[in-house]
Amino acid sequence: MKVVAAMNGGALAQWRKWAPLAVLFALCILISLFNGNFLTIGNFIRLLNLAAIPLVLCMGATFIILMGSIDLSVEGIVALTAVMVSLLVANDISPYAIGLFSVPLAIIAGGAMGLLNGLLHVKLKTPSFMTTLGVGFAGVGIATAILGGETVRISDQTFRFLSLGRFLGIPMAVWIAAAAVAVAYIIQERTRLGRWLYAIGTDEITARHAGIPIERTRILIFAVAGLFYGLGGVLLVAQFGQGHALISQGRLFTTVTAVVVGGTALSGGVGSVLNSVIGVMIVVVLANGLVLMGVEPYVQQGVQGLLIIAAVALALDRSRLEVVK
Amino acid sequence: MMPPVLELRGVSKSFPGVKALDTVSFAINKGEVVGLIGENGAGKSSLLKVLNGIYQPDQGEIWVNGQTIRIASPRRAFDSGIAMVFQEQSILPTLTVAENIFLGREEEFLRYGLISKARMNEAAAVELKKVRLSCHPGTRCADLSFADRQMVEIAKALSLDSRIKGDITILLDEPTSVLERKEVDLLFEIVRDLKQRASIVFISHRLEEVLDISDRVYVMRDGKVVKELAAGEATVKDLHQHMVGRQLHHEYYREARQTTPTARVVLQCEGLCKDGAFSNISFPLHAGEIIGIAGVIGSGREDLARCLAGHAAVDRGTLTVDGSVVRFAAAHDATRKGVGLVPSERKAEGQVSAFTVAENMTLAALPKYVANGVLRFAAERATAREWIDRLKIKTPSSATMVGSLSGGNQQKVVLAKWRIAGVHVLILDHPTRGIDVGAKEDVYELVRDMTAEGLAVILLGDTLEEVIGLSNRILVMRDGEVTATFEAPPGAKPAQVDLIRHMV
Repeated sequence: MKVVAAMNGGALAQWRKWAPLAVLFALCILISLFNGNFLTIGNFIRLLNLAAIPLVLCMGATFIILMGSIDLSVEGIVALTAVMVSLLVANDISPYAIGLFSVPLAIIAGGAMGLLNGLLHVKLKTPSFMTTLGVGFAGVGIATAILGGETVRISDQTFRFLSLGRFLGIPMAVWIAAAAVAVAYIIQERTRLGRWLYAIGTDEITARHAGIPIERTRILIFAVAGLFYGLGGVLLVAQFGQGHALISQGRLFTTVTAVVVGGTALSGGVGSVLNSVIGVMIVVVLANGLVLMGVEPYVQQGVQGLLIIAAVALALDRSRLEVVK
Repeated sequence: MMPPVLELRGVSKSFPGVKALDTVSFAINKGEVVGLIGENGAGKSSLLKVLNGIYQPDQGEIWVNGQTIRIASPRRAFDSGIAMVFQEQSILPTLTVAENIFLGREEEFLRYGLISKARMNEAAAVELKKVRLSCHPGTRCADLSFADRQMVEIAKALSLDSRIKGDITILLDEPTSVLERKEVDLLFEIVRDLKQRASIVFISHRLEEVLDISDRVYVMRDGKVVKELAAGEATVKDLHQHMVGRQLHHEYYREARQTTPTARVVLQCEGLCKDGAFSNISFPLHAGEIIGIAGVIGSGREDLARCLAGHAAVDRGTLTVDGSVVRFAAAHDATRKGVGLVPSERKAEGQVSAFTVAENMTLAALPKYVANGVLRFAAERATAREWIDRLKIKTPSSATMVGSLSGGNQQKVVLAKWRIAGVHVLILDHPTRGIDVGAKEDVYELVRDMTAEGLAVILLGDTLEEVIGLSNRILVMRDGEVTATFEAPPGAKPAQVDLIRHMV
């Protein structure tokens, strides 16, 4: 009996592991049946370009979710860093034009806000859900206050090259996103921080007994996530050539959807940044496919909403679940 | 003579209402295997937690290699040469074998801030060889069997060996309870091997094993070390005797009020099985009867209690309540049939601490206090006041938060809740855990009241003494099966030693 159960568990675990990739392939085949333009190099590059910013944001969010927490401050941090960077490069409002030096500054600012998330969450022992929601709102609020609802237009073409420039025919944004994935993967696989965030996400008590500095790890992970959001803000401004407080609207939902659809468990400990790469591709391919099929935008949003619920429902290991909140 | 590798001198540790450790002195010499035994709640686990830096002692000193130290954290314990193999495994299933072994100690594999997995796996392979586990260090622990994970845990403790200058002590908390005979033999071989380099504390309920592997045995009872003896000169029977120690005093358990059960069967188990927990449990429970279930942790009695109360489903067998066959899918099914559970974790499962006394009392019978969809507060308050009087609950009012009452009074509120719900079978899981002696007597009095009114009780006692003192009949469980049944009429109670023989 036990052996059978174990085998079933194993097969199920295997299926869960590969399900996101299978879903991605199925989606691609399905959409290409409807529209011949889907499976073209041009569309593929467009997909990658669409995926670039969500990928960068997802790298940060994946770490937080692996740790068993949640980060709702994505939009706030992205908005603030975007406004900041747009005012620092050559533009039509402020006199600063420090060019690419603005990039590290914006990333560091994102990291600082992430650090704030972490410090508030750990030191005040407030749930990450509430802390990051608050910090996120504050971020959007400050960004709005700085610009007073105006839009900054960027005239720095070198800066815009970060998104629009091409190398080997592929947009720079895609290369930058790929680099972000590589860095995130190295953090996850090869650093103590990466090891410990899995341990904390799996079982914090055991992790503490093993002598892991839980609080410091949590704070650092939130800061690292902030760095990725900062980079996301930079890429957004470079892509659109403008900065305003609402530039990040809708990014939180896509980010969390992509992480979860990719198979990273909201309960923590299970998943990987590579899962999130698949998750982002699923979300982007689906959105692209719906456009190609001529589905209305509001219906598209509804489909995304259903997708995240389906993904969570499929990924949950209910056998270990006692209380659902 | 060399000082002991590890020594405790007069260590005490108290929790509200309980003295977990009472001036415990304890020493382990180099290369020695020391057995540590005692009933559940005797203080073994507390002792280990002090040694592992999870609890800080209130009094007393810990000496390592002739120096007094303070063990502030598990990491500090590790650096002092003390490694613990936990009873509940501390292996993280999402990490690999190697990652688990070196969790929190990755620094030795860092190069430019990056972990070298290859070197970590290599080092883990060395430790795995010590426990003769042939899996690859890169295997995820979720893919290992339970017993193999236990071996990984032991390998983790052994990794201390090559990394600490001084002597090492390994604490094994019930390491054999999940192992098969073959694996136990292997573990013992490893332990004997280890004696060259390490001292070992071996905690087990399996007394034959303790005598087999240990050089010396400490017996604990009520938070004290009551006996220290050489393993070679002791028998299992001696150990039993020391674990039990005192004689029963009849009045404490209100034996004079023990009722003779009626012939009416209120609950009947027929071949109940739950895979991995218990099997083939059959017994009738009569109105007015108290059936005590004795057994150590892992005997399956807690699982049985939860199944009878509908908190978990049985896999096979039939359960009959009041003559009709029932199948409980959830706790409210059991409540509807008149079966209630007073859980051992009172704060987590028995009461809603932020609710008032009255709200807690009516929780299981709320529909009775609803008229036209609205709660009838006056009726609720009246019932609460009635039960506060009947059970002599010490509370300022029925509107006091339950969390602010003493443990004994909280437990009375929990009992009142089930009485108000009108149950006629009550399962008491450690009903006197964590409450003081006087309050315990009150609870015993209430249990006698209930049986006098015809309620039937299944009791998982806090101590063996309690089970024997209160019950009409006692089932002894071991490894998920009933190994013996004792009648326990007043004045002719079975001896603890006889029960223990069937428990371990």
